[in-house]
Amino acid sequence: MPVGDILPEIVLILTAVAVLLTASFTPHRLQWIGAVLALAGLAVAGALTAGQIGAHRLTFSGTWALDGASIYARLMILAATAFCVVLTPRWLATDKRHGEYYAILLFSALGALVLAAAADLLELVMGVLLSSVTGYTLAAWHRDWGLSVEAGMKYFLVGALANVILLIGVALMTGMLGGFGFADLAPALAAPGAASPLLLLGVALVVIGLSFKLGAVPAHAWMPDVAEGAPAPAAAFLTVVPKIGAAIALARLVSLVPPDALAIRPVVAVLSVATMTLGNLAALWQDDVRRLIGWSSVSQSGYALMAVVVVSFSGDALSALLAFLTAYAVGNLAAFAVVTHLRGRTDRADYAGLARTRPLAAAVLILAFLSLVGIPPLVGFFGKLVLFVATIDGGYAWLAAVAVANTVASLFYYLRVVGPMVFEGDDARRPAVLGRWTAGAVLAGGVLTIALGLAAEPGLAAFGAARLLP
Amino acid sequence: MLTLAILSPLLGALILAFATGLHERGARMLAVAVSAVPLVLLVAVWIGFDAGPGAPQFQAVAEVPWVPSLDVAWRVGVDGMSLALALMSALLFLGSIAWPAETRGRPRAYYAWFLFLEGVSLGLFLVLDLLLFYVFFDLSLVGMYFLIGRWGHGEAERAALKFFIYTLAGSLAFLLAILGLVLASPQGLTFDMRVLIDMQPLTGTGLYASLVLLGFLVGFAIKTPLFPFHTWLPSAHVDAPGPASAILAGVLLKMGTYGMVRIPFSMMTETFAAYALPLGIVAVISILWGAIVAFGQGNLKRRIAYTSVNHMGYTVLGIAAAGALVSGEAAARELALTGAVVEMIAHGLITGALFLIAGAFWQRGETYDLDAYGGLAATAPRLTGATVLAAFASLGLPGLAGFVAEFQIFAGTFAIYPWLAGIGLIGILITAALFLTMLQQLFFGPLPPRWSKLPDLGRTEGAVLAVLLVLVVVIGVYPAWLLTVIDSASAVIVGAG
Repeated sequence: MPVGDILPEIVLILTAVAVLLTASFTPHRLQWIGAVLALAGLAVAGALTAGQIGAHRLTFSGTWALDGASIYARLMILAATAFCVVLTPRWLATDKRHGEYYAILLFSALGALVLAAAADLLELVMGVLLSSVTGYTLAAWHRDWGLSVEAGMKYFLVGALANVILLIGVALMTGMLGGFGFADLAPALAAPGAASPLLLLGVALVVIGLSFKLGAVPAHAWMPDVAEGAPAPAAAFLTVVPKIGAAIALARLVSLVPPDALAIRPVVAVLSVATMTLGNLAALWQDDVRRLIGWSSVSQSGYALMAVVVVSFSGDALSALLAFLTAYAVGNLAAFAVVTHLRGRTDRADYAGLARTRPLAAAVLILAFLSLVGIPPLVGFFGKLVLFVATIDGGYAWLAAVAVANTVASLFYYLRVVGPMVFEGDDARRPAVLGRWTAGAVLAGGVLTIALGLAAEPGLAAFGAARLLP
Repeated sequence: MLTLAILSPLLGALILAFATGLHERGARMLAVAVSAVPLVLLVAVWIGFDAGPGAPQFQAVAEVPWVPSLDVAWRVGVDGMSLALALMSALLFLGSIAWPAETRGRPRAYYAWFLFLEGVSLGLFLVLDLLLFYVFFDLSLVGMYFLIGRWGHGEAERAALKFFIYTLAGSLAFLLAILGLVLASPQGLTFDMRVLIDMQPLTGTGLYASLVLLGFLVGFAIKTPLFPFHTWLPSAHVDAPGPASAILAGVLLKMGTYGMVRIPFSMMTETFAAYALPLGIVAVISILWGAIVAFGQGNLKRRIAYTSVNHMGYTVLGIAAAGALVSGEAAARELALTGAVVEMIAHGLITGALFLIAGAFWQRGETYDLDAYGGLAATAPRLTGATVLAAFASLGLPGLAGFVAEFQIFAGTFAIYPWLAGIGLIGILITAALFLTMLQQLFFGPLPPRWSKLPDLGRTEGAVLAVLLVLVVVIGVYPAWLLTVIDSASAVIVGAG
């Protein structure tokens, strides 16, 4: 067994166990040690994953893909998780179960890692389930607070339904094609006569099942509630990390299907349009900043799906997907870092005058929003740019046009937050903030938003070399 | 040199943003000093500029790779057209920054945003990379959004929002068109304008080429603005602070027309020529619509704002005439294009001055209502003189810059589209009427008692307006120095087709 190939994941499991044990035996005021341990584990896992760069093979009997897509996506997942860890200690300082949180977080990240690397339908199911079960816990962490419990409950109900749909889809696919591994499915799908309405239904159900993790229509409804009700650091995690894994899993799945055999791409294209449009329309008049960010993450999933649609038609599609996910992760995490830093304040009216009272937080939030819109030269611009290039190149120019219209609409609701922050609230009081950890995260988010845009070349060059297995 | 001209204001903005110790006076001095730097640098480039025959099209070129995997690089360089526009912009920025402003307790932020806007505006005119062009195109929106929203009056926040969303829609249409254009290039992805101009990636009037052209034209028509995409302009202008209005009209609107010449005109000449006539018709509609609606406005700033629609209509008419590939009329087309570029310069100086004057009225009277004023000629002679001169220049009086521009545009257009030029001339008549009635209402007739103590132009205001208006007169009386440089560019651009 090539255990070395999953060493990063093993490190993560061991770290999670160590965190859990530490949490059981340290006093409450020292529970932050869990955060340090988690960061150390994530760093080691990251270094090990970085060592895999350049690999291009299936391992563990074809269930686990080590390719550019999986490696970069897993690096992103690890980095994003580390960012969320930094946001946490002060937020949960008074929570009795503070230490355990990091263990659950690491397990949830592990689920996302599995999603990104799964080259087997059952492996995929396992990743979705691991990521979901831990996700429910994270969302409902504040069990004495109604909104948090509601978020967890909604997440769970939507998730239970979506997971069942996923399983039915997997059963149909396996039944029709006679295998679980992607390496076997690809030739079976390409075989003449393989296409049938039932098979299309099966693939479509798997896509829908994965759209739950992505936060895309039709299984998106949990996203705004989680963004609003989950602990802010957990909301940052849940709106970003599973999405990275799910997007790669979807791209891998869609790339298996020969374009002329099954009409799965039109289905994804329709989901993409519905997701971005619905997310934006729902965010339009939103007065709750955290819900607004949640809806905006829904619409961003729609953009990510564009790359999935053209994944076999344009050589740039995969690199566009990776670049877009990076940009989205940076923008969304920076925005949530600000929200966390401001102790989770969420009413739009409470942000009035922030540019004067908390200039750093305000500047980073503005940068994050503008980056999510795609204003150059921020990182989000490059994400959208390569995404549009790939989409037009792949023959889906109309989809790019819809995305453009949506981008214009999205500017409106971001500016509904930015406007009052800068133009109003001359008598606003200086809001309380969480502390130095989150301040550092806010600063890092702002710097990354600019720096990854100005220095986009290394990332784009690396992603350009990435390929999808099988 | 050009790089320095772009970066120095941006650097100045950064310093202002972080120099917490600086107060009103210090911030202002710093901003004026920094904004003079690009002007000096550009004058130096102008002096070294070779406008003779056989000179390279783009000069003072520099190139540094930025994102090689997309072939995006920091490419700067100027031809006669962009140099003249950049120089005018630098001058107008210096004037607007020096203009005494109400900074509402936030001087550093105010001047920082102005310098930021100066950097990106100059960048737009000076770069030779399509993607960088887009970057600066978008950033100019961000800068203007904050200037209008924070320092505007009336419903400033709303106006700023409308401005940003409306023009972002335009710039994204433009982005799609850019991508459509570069993806059509046979040699792989490149954003180098010079390569794209030589290559002409799209020709003919197929659906794809037509859609790309449409994307460009809609994007630029919103920015210019042309009828029917002009509706964001009046609200943005009315609620913006005076100096920001001057920049909006004088510099930002030029980005649309400059882009039109630089990109669709030069990079897809054949397709552009096929659609030149519809563009010319839209331009004439803008001329008339702008003039007629301006005539109906009782608000000083709204009236000037609509004359911008009218004047940019002249520019686009000139561009359309120059773009039509009518055989044997190369001289007329060149004349029309030169006229269009001179119109951009003249409009920048004249309308910039007019909006600064409108700002002066607001600072004194807190209203733009024309009916509220009257008989000011005696109390404020310098204000009267400047306004009269600027208004006459704007309506195209011979001997002033506007006339030089409009004469060339119409002379060129008559050879290409005689009847369009004929209809367009009506616009000049209406403009004359609307400026004369404006002057009459402001300065003649009975003086309302509340304005009997209206202060005349201050020293700084007078100096800024004097510089702008002296240039207007100089271009009007002796335009040769400007025309040689601009002609060197338009000859190449028209000849390239």
